[in-house]
Amino acid sequence: MHRLYALALLLPALALAQTTPAVEQKLAELDAAVKAAQSAGDNAWMLTSSALVLMMTGPGLALFYGGLVRRKNVLGTMMHSFILMAVVTVLWAVVGYSLAFGEGNPFIGDLRYMFLNGVGAAPNADYAATIPQQTFMIYQLMFAIITPALISGAFAERMKFSGMLLFTILWTLLVYFPMAHMVWGKGGFLNAYLGGKVPCFDFAGGTVVHITSGVSALVCCLYLGKRKGYPTEPMKPHNLVISFIGACLLWVGWFGFNAGSALGAGSLATSAFVATHFGAAAAALGWLLVEWLKTGKPSVLGGISGAVAGLVAITPASGFVAPFPALLIGFAAGIVCFFMVALVKHKFGYDDSLDAFGVHGAGGTLGAILTGVFATKAVNSALKEQPLGLIDGNGGQVVNQLIGTAIAWGLAIVGTLVILKICDLVTGVRANAENEMDGLDISMHGEEGYNLEA
Amino acid sequence: MKKIEAVIQPHKLEDVKQALKAIGIDGMTVTEVRGHGRQKGHKEVYRGQEYEVDLLPKVKLEMVVPTERSEEVIKTLVASARTGKIGDGKVFVFDVLDVIRIRNDDRGDSAL
Repeated sequence: MHRLYALALLLPALALAQTTPAVEQKLAELDAAVKAAQSAGDNAWMLTSSALVLMMTGPGLALFYGGLVRRKNVLGTMMHSFILMAVVTVLWAVVGYSLAFGEGNPFIGDLRYMFLNGVGAAPNADYAATIPQQTFMIYQLMFAIITPALISGAFAERMKFSGMLLFTILWTLLVYFPMAHMVWGKGGFLNAYLGGKVPCFDFAGGTVVHITSGVSALVCCLYLGKRKGYPTEPMKPHNLVISFIGACLLWVGWFGFNAGSALGAGSLATSAFVATHFGAAAAALGWLLVEWLKTGKPSVLGGISGAVAGLVAITPASGFVAPFPALLIGFAAGIVCFFMVALVKHKFGYDDSLDAFGVHGAGGTLGAILTGVFATKAVNSALKEQPLGLIDGNGGQVVNQLIGTAIAWGLAIVGTLVILKICDLVTGVRANAENEMDGLDISMHGEEGYNLEA
Repeated sequence: MKKIEAVIQPHKLEDVKQALKAIGIDGMTVTEVRGHGRQKGHKEVYRGQEYEVDLLPKVKLEMVVPTERSEEVIKTLVASARTGKIGDGKVFVFDVLDVIRIRNDDRGDSAL
């Protein structure tokens, strides 16, 4: 009997031994199938996110800004956003992706991906191991498009179109690509994951997108000077209805911007999605609250401006913070940005026409710093068990965030000034007085936004 | 013939139209206009930037009626447009030299 039992026990083992190569093959197939399934899931979310981020520029930002200007400038203002969807795309394909994400040195990428050489279906494990590098490339392109478009809020209603084109091309090359490389590129000076000297947390572009664009916006409006008649002539927004639609499209698109920055469809994307939404909601309330107290009425423009300010501030923090700190960051941004545009701007008298600095510069700076306070390993485990922000006990991170912020400010100020000087010599930057009076729609583009007789 | 031009509160337009219709006056031209007399404007605030808006939205009605009907039309119009508050508007009355219907060259009262 014992022998029989022993034999019975041995049989499966024998069978296993005989079929080992087949089993191994099966396991390998399963392994590949699991990887393919994850890749398909991640890729689906990343392509969706790419489309969402493009939607932020057109029509989101184009409508938001377009409604805030006077009616004679609505098309010119929308064009400032739209043209970048075309121009930056070409720039990105030729050299931009490589300068931002090629390994290069700590400050700028090399030319290994020039003309998208080698950027295909195979993932780039340094950045996103589960999606084609081509997906990563097109996703990052959408950020390069919206960033210079944000600046246009500061020079709206008075910049010459040729000057604007040259300016944004040079700005993308000399400010955006280096900054993106420093923060997100392999070996970048501020990269927190891939060997940066000063690890700075910027999940979706607080320094790269909002500080660079917002601070450059301030430089632009100081350099260009005020619009004719500002601030004595009334310059009311001509259509807050389209601004409202644009702002809500921005809010939705921002889920692609922030949750997409998880570069996959896992729980980190969820957490960033939640933080993003909470930040926007709290900021809308923060802005409306102070506005109501100060001016006596809560305005729709205040509500949507607050939401955008919150989205800006939560951007660097979105993949690092828990939901309640996200509410706090948003609420603070709503209040701070209100005071920036309603008081500080008027006190100093600069004509930041659509408040690109007041919202993106100030909100981005606040968000970058607060990321260092509220970042926690409970949310983001990419750095293993290391404490992340001040609430994890790593106060030094706040200093790192300040360094990252200072570099972004410095690069934006110096870069923008130099570029404006160049543009002034080559094309000129400011529309002449007559063109400005006629409006940019007719003088720059030869058409009108509202042809009521048609 | 008299031309009656009235600048009234936009929200009274429907009342005025109904009242004029009731006495048989159908033809009129209506324009959205802005203006003010003694009425004070209001304040608008956009991101902290304050604007005093003193030109307020009004509606302008224009119609031409036979001279013998003008008093009746004016009384009806004024009564139906009145709220008793400042900003109710004004009526202006003009003499009209002639009226020509473009379709068939009718002239004078028969063109009305």
